[in-house]
Amino acid sequence: MKEQPTNAVNAVARVECQPTEEGVEWRFSGVWHMDGDRTEATACLQQQEADRMVLKDVGIQAWDSSLVIYVRTLYLRAKEANRQIDLSGMPEGVRRLMALAEAVPEHQDPHLGVGKPSWIAQVGIHTLRALDNVGKSAAFLGDLFRSFVTMLQKKSNFRWGDFWVIVQECGPEALPIVTLISTLVGMILAFIGAIQLKMFGAEIFIADIVAVGMAREMGGLMTGIIMAGRTGAAFAAHLGTMQVNEEIDALRTLGFSPMEFLVLPRALALILMMPLLTIYSMTMGMLGGSVVGVFMLGLTPVQYLNESLHSLSLWSVTSGVLKSVVFGVVVAVSGCMQGLQSGRSAAAVGEATTAAVVHAIVYLVVADSVISVFYTLMGW
Amino acid sequence: MNEPQAHMSVRRLTMAYGDNVIQHDLSFDVRRGDILVIMGPSGCGKSTLLRHMVGLMKPAAGEIFYDGKNIWNVSAEERAWIKRRMGVSYQGGALWSSMTLAENIAVPLEAYTHLSRQEIAEMASLKLALVGLDGFDDYYPSEISGGMAKRAGIARAIALDPDILFFDEPSAGLDPVSAKRLDDLILELRDSLGATIVVVTHELASIFAIASNSIYLDAVSRTLIAQGSPKELLEHNRNLRVQEFLRRGEIGEKEKSI
Repeated sequence: MKEQPTNAVNAVARVECQPTEEGVEWRFSGVWHMDGDRTEATACLQQQEADRMVLKDVGIQAWDSSLVIYVRTLYLRAKEANRQIDLSGMPEGVRRLMALAEAVPEHQDPHLGVGKPSWIAQVGIHTLRALDNVGKSAAFLGDLFRSFVTMLQKKSNFRWGDFWVIVQECGPEALPIVTLISTLVGMILAFIGAIQLKMFGAEIFIADIVAVGMAREMGGLMTGIIMAGRTGAAFAAHLGTMQVNEEIDALRTLGFSPMEFLVLPRALALILMMPLLTIYSMTMGMLGGSVVGVFMLGLTPVQYLNESLHSLSLWSVTSGVLKSVVFGVVVAVSGCMQGLQSGRSAAAVGEATTAAVVHAIVYLVVADSVISVFYTLMGW
Repeated sequence: MNEPQAHMSVRRLTMAYGDNVIQHDLSFDVRRGDILVIMGPSGCGKSTLLRHMVGLMKPAAGEIFYDGKNIWNVSAEERAWIKRRMGVSYQGGALWSSMTLAENIAVPLEAYTHLSRQEIAEMASLKLALVGLDGFDDYYPSEISGGMAKRAGIARAIALDPDILFFDEPSAGLDPVSAKRLDDLILELRDSLGATIVVVTHELASIFAIASNSIYLDAVSRTLIAQGSPKELLEHNRNLRVQEFLRRGEIGEKEKSI
């Protein structure tokens, strides 16, 4: 480029069109700068067409790509209408850039480039994809179970080192957030109950509501949702990035199954930690409830404790813990599956992580409902 | 006439990650219109030097000047202006994968110019045409090959008509023919844009094809041990490691005895 003008505001690009016997002559002058004033020149583009155009530099002081674009617009227009255009009077740099831009690209449009399908087609595509996803999840779960059996049989490919690190990550390191959320949920349950029970003077039953609620439902569900957002997302992002870096291909070519190598340690660690975290969450929830009971409703701690223990059966706790095992499977499977199926770009990893969390939460709630209905039908 | 001021100069630059010194006491000039090749064995800090020159990393010691201005010692606006004058093409293209090629190129144009939407689209398609990707405006980076992604990365680097262009390993991972085409493109861009070019590479064929000047970073002494045009270095430089590098390790007994 020629020297850049220091003050772009005063830069004005000029074009004059002069009909001559050889055709229309376009005379370029002034300063052609991206941020300069090119309104006059742009207006000129609307001018009459001629069979032959001659472009001439009659005093261009400085130019950048804005001039090249202008010339290219004229050039493409002339080419389309099969008219002659003569660039020989333009600065050498412009001619070279034009030559470069018009050089035949080495790859002619190879494949792709298909437009967006119509919305009806899109509905179909999404439906098929959703159905496909259910099938894939089932297959994935089956595959996971099979590799678990293989591991029990020979133990060879299982990475114990990885396993303990993941146990650390999705167990003890999740305690702070589980503590916070569970305590608050316990308090919220107590508050809701308090408003109603106060009317009957039956404040003591707050303890029952919180204890049974946390044990049968909220402990497991809340832990599941926390783990979906915390650990499921981490699994998906980790495996997805490994996919982008071709690390998973490297495993496959060495004959390792990503299922045994990556998914199984994660799934086992999470399935093992979920019940423990759930029991912890139940305890924290009851503690939260007792704070409300003792400080706001004037119950004594001993009263509260006795009522809680009285309301809890072994089955209440066991049923919650059993559920949490299922939740662990759900979170681990959706996280790992989305990660392994991620595309090979940064955006795809983002999509995989989102899908992992969304699927995990949807399946969690669905599984929770199904199990609750089942318990009710069985009269447990 | 005065000696024209160097486009960029590096003075006694020391680069370090924490206490780990990568290179120390680097001093050299990038002359206007030059193609300077930064060469050296893997891991000697070539890319790190490039990251320092474009202002991504702060020197542990020493100064880097652009047009005589210390890039770490100017106002924020001036530094933004300097960065606008620089175009950087990264190893893998570094295209933003959620945007089409045209959108990738439009990002700097939208941020730094007052062009209309229509003009930005025209500008993007011009830049793509310049790198041989005419008509690929609406492709996503995942839909094109690695070599094409590199070219698209170059198109983004030249979006703002930079005065100085940096290339990090432009021909790495390309077949010889594509690598040659990319070298030709770099030469063509230098001639037609009139830009200064800095290239990090260890591809000998590229080095001899494009470089008008070069510096050699040594991995052992951790500093610059040779500068000049590669052909001259090949003939006149007597350092064994430079010779070994420029001759792919094939040094005859005669040279060894020098």
